[in-house]
Amino acid sequence: MNRTTPWEKAVRYVLLLAVLALTVGPFLWQLSTSLKSTTEDIYTSPPRFLPAHPTGHNYAEVADIIPVWDYALNSLKVAAANVLTNLAGASMAGYALARLRFRGRRAAGLAFVAAVLVPLESVVIAQFTMMRDLELNNTLVAVVLPGAVGALNVLLMRNAFAALPYETEEAAVIDGANVWQRFVRVALPSVKGTLAVVAIFSFMGAWDDFLWPLIVLSDPDRFTLTVGLNYLHGTFQQDPRLVAAGTVIAVAPLVVMFVCLQRYFFRGVGEGAVKG
Amino acid sequence: MTGVKRVRTHRAASPWLFLLPGLGTVAAFNLYPFLTTLHKAFTDARTLTPGSWVGLRNFRELLEDEQFWVALRNSGLYVVLVVPFTVLLPLLLALLVQKRIPGVAFFRSAFYTPVVASVVVVALIWEWMLDDRGLVNAVLRVLGAGPVSFLGDEWLLLFSAMALTVWKGLGYYMIIYLAALANVPRELHEAAAVDGAGALRRFTAVTVPAVRSTMVLVGALSSVAAFKVFSEVYLLAGPTGGPAGQDTTLVMLLQRTGTGLNGRVGYSSAISLIVFAVALVLMLLVLRADRRDGQDAQDGQDLPHRQGGPGPKGGRA
Repeated sequence: MNRTTPWEKAVRYVLLLAVLALTVGPFLWQLSTSLKSTTEDIYTSPPRFLPAHPTGHNYAEVADIIPVWDYALNSLKVAAANVLTNLAGASMAGYALARLRFRGRRAAGLAFVAAVLVPLESVVIAQFTMMRDLELNNTLVAVVLPGAVGALNVLLMRNAFAALPYETEEAAVIDGANVWQRFVRVALPSVKGTLAVVAIFSFMGAWDDFLWPLIVLSDPDRFTLTVGLNYLHGTFQQDPRLVAAGTVIAVAPLVVMFVCLQRYFFRGVGEGAVKG
Repeated sequence: MTGVKRVRTHRAASPWLFLLPGLGTVAAFNLYPFLTTLHKAFTDARTLTPGSWVGLRNFRELLEDEQFWVALRNSGLYVVLVVPFTVLLPLLLALLVQKRIPGVAFFRSAFYTPVVASVVVVALIWEWMLDDRGLVNAVLRVLGAGPVSFLGDEWLLLFSAMALTVWKGLGYYMIIYLAALANVPRELHEAAAVDGAGALRRFTAVTVPAVRSTMVLVGALSSVAAFKVFSEVYLLAGPTGGPAGQDTTLVMLLQRTGTGLNGRVGYSSAISLIVFAVALVLMLLVLRADRRDGQDAQDGQDLPHRQGGPGPKGGRA
């Protein structure tokens, strides 16, 4: 199968490098901008790609303009809560749908499918009014609640549990294990891969979400990082170096997470399976 | 279909206890808000007042609202102009990274970076690159062209946002295509090559037919996402939607009218219903494409099942 000619190989690498410049280049340009000092001209033509005197000054200064570390902490809280609620809620519901027999199972499954079909954009206003009525708006709890258990995650977990062989659980039944023990000790350890996928995408979804926190949060102290960055870009003091520093802070944790866990990312997309 | 044998393995209430957190969340924050949206669309509710029934007045007002037509045009254009690129470019990219040559795994991962980053981050990066004195114009100046005011003109702004959407989705759809391409029998390509078919001919005669159902799937998924576009345009054009609001999209309009202390919740709900209806039609296309996928799989190809999944924007799934 190794019939690649050297010529074809060269063309492939040239194309790969070109796409690399297009997809990753902008991030590197942003990183470079964030490291340029205030005295360095960032508008030169031709552009200079490496900072003349790299400095961390902009990272300190962006924190003076917006409380970027507080925002990062808020985002972290929201993302962590989202991971925990989704792992627990989606695996429990998925287990019941896949492994337990009961009247109403079909209807329960359909409720999750119906929820997948309702775009969040079309219910954000109703969710916002609801949070107002519950006097939860402008809190991080309100940011987490609507996505606490994603319907898509429930269906993902259901598929994972449905694919397990029955023998292991039958043995546990015979040993007298109750349903909770079977869930925790037998079923959950067998679907670690899917749990990882749910955890990663819950984290990423919450960390990156913009529309909902933008609507529900009004007090700058409570902003998540995405809303805070939007606020930064609206302030009068728009120095590209500072905005760049803010964006690097926002994107770095995800890039690190991605590099460490990339096989799960790809599995999440390849496997992102819903069988309605 | 497997099933637990007819032994009593759990109490009658157990399944419902397991379902409670999930079903409760989905019912309270997806299904119930949908029903209230359905109701409020026919009222003159505001943020602080429940409002009363007004029949079809909101929808009649929409028909005469110039902003609504601008928003509908922009969201529609977004689908028409973005989807061809999100269907074709990631396929070409998948073909590029499919071949096992040294280092290709690195490129695959690197191409995924824009998917991982928040849309706010990438919009800010693009804003700086497309600035009148930014990187793109600096390069144009070296080439003796420009400067182009990408973010000053209503159309260039919209096109820039579209380019951003395509760019951010490249890696996401590339992975979907890779999964499909893995199931195209190599012999087909080899047979075509032996018959003297060139690269372009092999692409149109072998690759495209083999992944056609995946192309439909990607097309439908990306049309739903494109029609609901909010963040890219909001961030590049600003909350008011660019010059004279000409870059407002439907979701921007419903966000703007429905929030705030005196938000017109009823009117905004009517817009929400329209977004829902169009998205539903596009999503039914996804399901149909998916079913066709299932039939392909019966022809002996083991297509991994995929649909929906965490979106390219990394929003709440």
